[in-house]
Amino acid sequence: MKLTNGNYVRPPARYSWWLRQGRYFRYMMRELSSLFVGIFSIIMICGLYQLSQGEAQFTAFTSSLWNNFWWLSVITFLFVTYHSYSWFIVTPKAMPLRFSGKKVAPWIIIGAHMILWLICSIFIWFIFTNGGAQ
Amino acid sequence: MSDVKTSQKSVRQVEIEILRYNPDTDEKPYFQTYQVPCQEEWVILDAVNYIKDNLDRSLSYRWSCHMAVCGSCGMMVNGEPTLSCHAFVRDMPDKITIEPLENFPIARDLIVDMDGFVEKLSSVKPYINAAEEKTVEQGTYQQLPEQLQLYKQYTQCINCMLCYSACPQMALNDGFVGPAALALAHRYNLDSRDKGREVREDVVASNAGIWECSFVGACSEVCPKHVDPAAAIQQTKIAATGDYFKKFLMPWKNAQKGQAPEGGDQ
Amino acid sequence: MLNKINSDVVIIGAGGAGLRAAIEIARSQPDLSIALLSKVYPMRSHTVAAEGGAAGVAKDEDSFDNHFNDTVAGGDWLCDQDAVEYFIHQAPKELTQMEHWGCPWSRTKEGKVAVRPFGGMKVERTWYAADKTGFHMLHTLFQTSLKYPGIKRYDEYYSIDLISENGQCYGVTALDMRTGQIKFFRAKSVIIATGGAGRVFPFTTNGAIKTGDGMAMAYRAGVPLKDMEFVQYHPTGLPGTGILITEGSRGEGGLLVNKNNYRYLQDYNLGPPDPWPRKKAMELGPRDRLSQAFWQEQQKGNTIQTPFGDAVHLDLRHLGEEKINERLPMVRELAINYMGVDPVHEPIPVRPVVHYTMGGIDTDIEAATRLKGLYAAGECACVSINGANRLGSNSLTELLVFGSKAGANAAEFASKTSEQVDEALLENMAKQSADKVAQLFHHQGKETIPGLRNEMNTIMEAGAGIYRTESSLKDAVNQLTQLKSRFADIELTDKSNVYNTDLIQALELGSMIDVARAMAVSALNRQESRGSHQRLDYVERDDKNFLRHTLATFAGDDNPTIDYRDVVITKSQPAERVYGGESK
Repeated sequence: MKLTNGNYVRPPARYSWWLRQGRYFRYMMRELSSLFVGIFSIIMICGLYQLSQGEAQFTAFTSSLWNNFWWLSVITFLFVTYHSYSWFIVTPKAMPLRFSGKKVAPWIIIGAHMILWLICSIFIWFIFTNGGAQ
Repeated sequence: MSDVKTSQKSVRQVEIEILRYNPDTDEKPYFQTYQVPCQEEWVILDAVNYIKDNLDRSLSYRWSCHMAVCGSCGMMVNGEPTLSCHAFVRDMPDKITIEPLENFPIARDLIVDMDGFVEKLSSVKPYINAAEEKTVEQGTYQQLPEQLQLYKQYTQCINCMLCYSACPQMALNDGFVGPAALALAHRYNLDSRDKGREVREDVVASNAGIWECSFVGACSEVCPKHVDPAAAIQQTKIAATGDYFKKFLMPWKNAQKGQAPEGGDQ
Repeated sequence: MLNKINSDVVIIGAGGAGLRAAIEIARSQPDLSIALLSKVYPMRSHTVAAEGGAAGVAKDEDSFDNHFNDTVAGGDWLCDQDAVEYFIHQAPKELTQMEHWGCPWSRTKEGKVAVRPFGGMKVERTWYAADKTGFHMLHTLFQTSLKYPGIKRYDEYYSIDLISENGQCYGVTALDMRTGQIKFFRAKSVIIATGGAGRVFPFTTNGAIKTGDGMAMAYRAGVPLKDMEFVQYHPTGLPGTGILITEGSRGEGGLLVNKNNYRYLQDYNLGPPDPWPRKKAMELGPRDRLSQAFWQEQQKGNTIQTPFGDAVHLDLRHLGEEKINERLPMVRELAINYMGVDPVHEPIPVRPVVHYTMGGIDTDIEAATRLKGLYAAGECACVSINGANRLGSNSLTELLVFGSKAGANAAEFASKTSEQVDEALLENMAKQSADKVAQLFHHQGKETIPGLRNEMNTIMEAGAGIYRTESSLKDAVNQLTQLKSRFADIELTDKSNVYNTDLIQALELGSMIDVARAMAVSALNRQESRGSHQRLDYVERDDKNFLRHTLATFAGDDNPTIDYRDVVITKSQPAERVYGGESK
């Protein structure tokens, strides 16, 4: 659009801009993943409620969920994983650390987060699989 | 030894397509194509200078230092915000498209209107705001190397505006104060000589300031000087949130003009 | 009717000196209105490219006398010693002021400002901000200037002609580059701070904007250009691009070697070749000597051949990666990007490159010119503290010291002057200036701007390079005279009003040709060798005849007339310049 002062303003691509560049696409996927984090949270709250009703209820709930909505679980799992990953890799920006006056290298901060994430996941996995068996 | 000592100057024919616009004669921009015999060691700016000197005297663009420090020659090169003196033709395909920086009005050809940008820089009060001004006779401030390191990265901005061009938030709202200006505010906030964080907060911690940023991170990816404005903005968000809660929880305590969150040594 | 803008002070140029002047006026006399004109946005000014640092006495073991002596001997006794005296005393104050304004000076462990050694310096006194000192100073000044509402900026205004009458300057005409409109900036006093003219040479560290516009403007208005024959070659630029590799790299211990990996500077009275950086010796000798030594090595066939011409090696490898990253990050970045050489692992090919014009607008110690109300500061001016060869890191300090001085004096002049001048006459002069530019649009001719510019560059390199002779200079003078008349025959291709860079380049070329002629004629007349001016036919310094400043006065299409003025000597009598182990 040509302005009165002669300058020309290029119209922004209001709806398709995020398809133009890898970095914009990755950002939009991160934003989209929030939706699945929401879905995951709702499932989790429902699961906790069922668990409070006893073991049989909970088992029925999980197997019904898997039998009918396995695809949703898979997609949710993938997006939640991406969500966590995408935030962990930007942690050095929000939480720059210094150790005796020197900046801690970003990869250490990211690596520490990733390792912590992995340990927590294994721990929870362990409780669920072994805890259920007892 | 390096290849510069042995290699011969080799020439490659490159097709360069440039978005042209002259408000005196054009209703809207259009592309014009040039065939440029590019030398191997050329940067994009050399190719544009070749066009200006040999093919088309009417092409307008800004440049000066040719060493990536004056910040004049930012352009979209194949869709990517680029400092044209800092990008080599040898890394480009045989066809190169050059446009003026996005998210700015085009004034003429590759020259964009940057008055809005300069106003935004100015709006964050980017100068030392000392509690009391020292006289020259009193000597310099003490500043330890680790205190300098805290903010030094954020002093490296050359105002090339690539980050404004890369920011999708800027495309949707041109009132956004933007990455470079917010990083500059952060630079002064982190400086041990400065006590002006509160004065800057009106602009910095407003809806048009840090809260307009949704952390796409594109600004930091395109920054030729590794300033990392995205980091500056996220850290400012944390500091501003801290201030808000401090005011909220301890209304009797005048919010302290402390340092931003970075910096605890151990 | 020409658009007229009234201000108390007009400053032309918004680099280091212009900004410093503006701040000085705004904070000392906030009631004065300041118009700060620049053909680029302030942060684009070439101060930005200075790397190494700014000199000012800082250490206990240093003294003002040391700084004085280093500067005067470095300038081969062509400096005005009263000006040097003032300069060295103001230097630490100005640098401290910069510290208060937020300049991120590099620090010692104790948190004091750190200093490093530079060429020709007895004790280290160069304040630095890593190797981007000019960049940090410029941005600090620009950002600080935003604090003062009295400073009204006119960014991207190209100044054309000073308007003066009866020995007094009343303003300047300038082209608003975004509209093509020419305006008359009427002022009580005017400061020129437009930088140097390195672009008259083909191979230079200077950015595209350094075309000597301010020098030419003052020159055309009748102010002489002083000592224009003195052009500094920086010994270490990248071949091809001419990108500057700071002297700080030698201050930190970098070594210069020829193709036999031999530290050749020891053959030119600069030894002994200590492994550590000895002050005022070897790689820390003055720039003129180092550049001349390169030329001699080249004659002997000891230089290294590269596709971009002969070079020698600057070796930083022994400094180690950590020190290079901390002290010389930009050098590493530039060498990798533009030369494909990582100085951590390989030596950098370097060669001398035109860097600085010691000469400039004739000003006195008050930064005043002979036109009342007209001041000048920075590289465009010649006070002169740089003499025949500027000492590295004096120029960043100079633009603070004399920028500030010019600001203070211009402000005082503006607040005291009572003018009795015919406004209509001034407006008419401004209109003539505008008409002259308008005529360029209609002019038809066969000369092109890049064509003439390239020819001028070639003439200057061939005729007025590191070493000069009578015949090379005569050729240059004659060819430049022809070039000047051919310049009248240029034709603009671009006829539009908005950002017409074809027009701007034409105006810049006009300035450069005038400045180049002043350089060549001044050099031809100085029949001696002194500092950066080296004559193969007059190899000795001749204090009897040439311990004097050259003054070149504009004479239209004719060559400038040349006069001389005695150098001011207060306490240092001319002596031999001694560097290397024998220097005290």
